[in-house]
Amino acid sequence: MLCDVCKCNDATVFLTQILEGKMQKVNLCDACSKEKGVQDPTGFALADLLLGIGAAEEIEKGSPTQKCPVCGFTQVDFKKTGRLGCSVCYVTFAEGLNTLLKAMHKGTEHVGKLPHRAHRVVALGDRMRSLTENLQKAVAEENYESAASLRDQIKQLEHEIAS
Amino acid sequence: MSTGGEWLRGEGPHHQIVISSRVRLARNLRSRAFPGWAKKAERTAILDLIKPRVEELPEMQDSFSELLQDLSAIEKQVLVERHLISREHAAKSVGSAIVMNRRQTLSIMINEEDHLRMQSIRSGLQLKQAFKLVDKIDSALESKLEFAYDQRLGYLTACPTNVGTGMRASAMLHLPGLVLSELINQVIQAVSKIGLAVRGLYGEGTEAMGNLFQISNQTTLGEKEDEIINRLSKVIETIIEKEHDARQVLIQKKSNTLWDQIGRAYGVLTFAHAMSSKEALNLLSIIKLGVDLGSFPEDRRLPIDELFIDTQPAHLQKGSQQKLNAEERDHLRAEIIRERLKLFPKPDISKMARESSDQAASEPSNNE
Repeated sequence: MLCDVCKCNDATVFLTQILEGKMQKVNLCDACSKEKGVQDPTGFALADLLLGIGAAEEIEKGSPTQKCPVCGFTQVDFKKTGRLGCSVCYVTFAEGLNTLLKAMHKGTEHVGKLPHRAHRVVALGDRMRSLTENLQKAVAEENYESAASLRDQIKQLEHEIAS
Repeated sequence: MSTGGEWLRGEGPHHQIVISSRVRLARNLRSRAFPGWAKKAERTAILDLIKPRVEELPEMQDSFSELLQDLSAIEKQVLVERHLISREHAAKSVGSAIVMNRRQTLSIMINEEDHLRMQSIRSGLQLKQAFKLVDKIDSALESKLEFAYDQRLGYLTACPTNVGTGMRASAMLHLPGLVLSELINQVIQAVSKIGLAVRGLYGEGTEAMGNLFQISNQTTLGEKEDEIINRLSKVIETIIEKEHDARQVLIQKKSNTLWDQIGRAYGVLTFAHAMSSKEALNLLSIIKLGVDLGSFPEDRRLPIDELFIDTQPAHLQKGSQQKLNAEERDHLRAEIIRERLKLFPKPDISKMARESSDQAASEPSNNE
């Protein structure tokens, strides 16, 4: 088995980290394991290592010429720095990033704090969904009076969301 | 800025073993280039947008607020040694700033790796309290600045390792017992297997010196902030127990080695005329252990804790008002230590043996 970093020497150090039943594996040769600080357990964390090796490859799954429309960041830049260009890069490079994030983190979805703004968006989104459902029902039942009122409410809500 | 932060006083729960607890949140503005990618003009524009909002926080009244380019190399290094800014931030210049409160319990880095890195520091094991403050700051800023947030991925950060909560909670532990009894590697391995990271004194990629270890959460996506903090606190409490156990075993089975270590550390610190910062930290760590075990009086704790910081390279040079080379620093360091230990009593072994037995019992165990 070849080393995941240099891809020329035989791997002699095999690392496995188990996070919530998910297994992450990295195979390294002697020289690379030393260079990555694996043999000094105090300074070592698998996620850092995965970022160094896995990150660039994972993100390559998208098209190589892809550029972030907001900041002009490319995959080559990510390979170089291990950092992204702006928040929109998460959408631009979503395909490759998702695999990477899966390997790196405990879950794939944020379950923690919501900003107030997001609270509002979530609440408005829920309302929009229920209004749309009711509208579809009203149309199906040919209840045009109620449908017209629902359509007005949706328009108003769209306006609210846009602001 | 002339004196150390409040957390250095060491009065928090488990303060003998847990030096400090820190929680930091990473936040970015929506659709703006992250600091590492932004051009100088954009970085400066972002700084101008964020800095006034940070300075007007009620917690930041009478704050220390500086642009990185206005700080000297030594001043920056002093902030690093106090853990108020990261080493990465210290390397920044135009377009970055640091805002912190006078008590040095809250520091906000602008344009570090992310647009905002907000950090709260407490003495002892107080991760929950540290989070509470930084969470409040985040909520206050969020009403004035639009943060990059994704419905599915949470807070978006420059590095994918921080995405989600953007939170890194960490505690600095002093573990001489586990190091002396050669159990530390086992602990480190066990901890890293459960998705937590163990690092040296100054974080990522730094060497463990002075038997000081930082333990922190490794993942930020898929777990709530308080779940991360609870999990981390529980692991730290277990490590504290292991450290106490290791000390007890040392006292009972290897007392000669222990007294020898303490005696030697005392001798070298009291009489040496040249000392590197690494040697100083390692020896001070043993003296600190001696205070914990009762071989030095309790009122000697603060001077030792202060020396941990005051003998760091930038702190030495700050006091001497000039840039010194390594050799001059080593001489000055030894001189300062000799001076401070002048009135320090010799280690009292008889007292140590007696007091050590109720040591573990007297430590508060249920404060977090």
